[in-house]
Amino acid sequence: MATTRETETGDVGSALAGALPDADRFRWLLGLVVPAALVVVWHLLVATGVFAAHQLPQPLRVVETLYGMAATGELWGHIAITLQRVFFGTLLGVSVGIVLGTVTGLYGLAEDLLDPLLQSLKNIPSLAWVPLFLLWFGIGEGAKVLLIAVGAFFPVYLNLSTGIGNVSEDLIEVAEVYDLGRFESLRRVVFPAAVPSLLVGIRGGVGLAWMFVVAAELIAASQGIGFLMSDGRVLARPDIIVGSILLFAFFGNLSDLAVKEVEKRAVDW
Amino acid sequence: MPSTGEASKRDPAEATLGSEDPAADPALAVRGLTKRYGDTVALDEVDLAIDGGEFVAVVGPSGCGKSTLLRVLTGLEERFEGRAAVDGVDVRDGGSDAVGMVFQEPRLLAWADVRENIAVGLPADVDPDDPAARDRVDGLIETVGLDGFAESRPGELSGGMAQRVSLARGLAYEPEVLLLDEPFSALDQLTKYEQQDNLLDVWRERGATVALVTHDVEEAAYLADRVVVLGGQPGTVETVVDVEADRPRERTDEALLAARREITDALGV
Repeated sequence: MATTRETETGDVGSALAGALPDADRFRWLLGLVVPAALVVVWHLLVATGVFAAHQLPQPLRVVETLYGMAATGELWGHIAITLQRVFFGTLLGVSVGIVLGTVTGLYGLAEDLLDPLLQSLKNIPSLAWVPLFLLWFGIGEGAKVLLIAVGAFFPVYLNLSTGIGNVSEDLIEVAEVYDLGRFESLRRVVFPAAVPSLLVGIRGGVGLAWMFVVAAELIAASQGIGFLMSDGRVLARPDIIVGSILLFAFFGNLSDLAVKEVEKRAVDW
Repeated sequence: MPSTGEASKRDPAEATLGSEDPAADPALAVRGLTKRYGDTVALDEVDLAIDGGEFVAVVGPSGCGKSTLLRVLTGLEERFEGRAAVDGVDVRDGGSDAVGMVFQEPRLLAWADVRENIAVGLPADVDPDDPAARDRVDGLIETVGLDGFAESRPGELSGGMAQRVSLARGLAYEPEVLLLDEPFSALDQLTKYEQQDNLLDVWRERGATVALVTHDVEEAAYLADRVVVLGGQPGTVETVVDVEADRPRERTDEALLAARREITDALGV
């Protein structure tokens, strides 16, 4: 019954694709039109002297600077250390978020004890933690990784905790009627049902990890993309600053796409 | 309650309800069951006894507490007045473990395929990955007419197909008492007839006790040994109709028509 229906819709779909050959496939290119136009406008504004070159470099100058730093090898060290910080910070923050989110999602008592505290801590701006973390952990890698972990933690915790708490009562009743038992009903019903919430949390966590790494590197670092940025300010090199911003944009987008891809594969229902 | 009195006269098992010997208890015993939700009385002093191996249908208008009755018997409602017992064991003391339930809505796990969904119903001591268990699940998939859909997710199924998955899950449990809450309501007429006969086959083979809630008078008369007519708000037992037709039955049997008339009269239609 359904098979015939599927083939029918399949036929209609391919017929449509035949009538409008490339429209949908190249649609994403439309998203590049505005940014490309902006780059052109940027170039013209600097070239015609509306913006002074010592405040805003020409687009090509930014590319040259990045290329030059890549050629000398200087760039890779900065990128590597930033990626490493984000990776370990996210790993730590997501792990702790999963543990606390699960515990508070499952146990009302844990939620009553922990949730009010964590809800208020999440409202503290990232920069406010920096002095304290420097005092406690020095200017080493530990302070930065921990600061990033704080950022990555909250979205994971909040989403997972509500995700587990909001698993459909209907499904929990099914587990109860069929006597799945506590462990099996968690493994087969509650946790799979909460996976979409967890992934939404991880996506948010990775985004915040990038925000927090900038905070950490701007203030206390001798290496990293954030350090490169503040170094650019000291040296009055706007090309380095803009280049660093672009690097953050690139890696931020890349990691978001990666998590999105995982999300698409894990939540395919 | 004159009508239930009449039922107990006909039903020798109910006379032994008060006896100390649990073996003499009917498979399913409900006495003076009153269930309130806040100020709303859903069930008022309901008496019902179902013998082992008996097939009983429960009909009644919307809101008469049919579904509530099943929820009490499956142990999903902890708080009620009166007695509800399965094989002499109170449903609140584990009596409900012997009860399987097919819910009105399919309540399937969206992320799991048909096979995995049906395996949720397998008894706790059966390993779903065991080849014998797998065969059993595949057999049930065939029974409910879903061959070829073992790997499909609920999102790919029609409403009627999802309902049959839910039915197969209930059968996988192999309960002593199987409760069904309008399990055929989303099926087209032909599939409905097919599934009704499947249910009768399973009932005969396993010797299970079945209680089926339905809106469909024709279905109730065709399937059941006895039809309990609930009425009004709050729900009370209006009357109990014996269906005197021999099995296997013809849908056009005169005795079924008589029973249908009697049920319809009791419903006050």
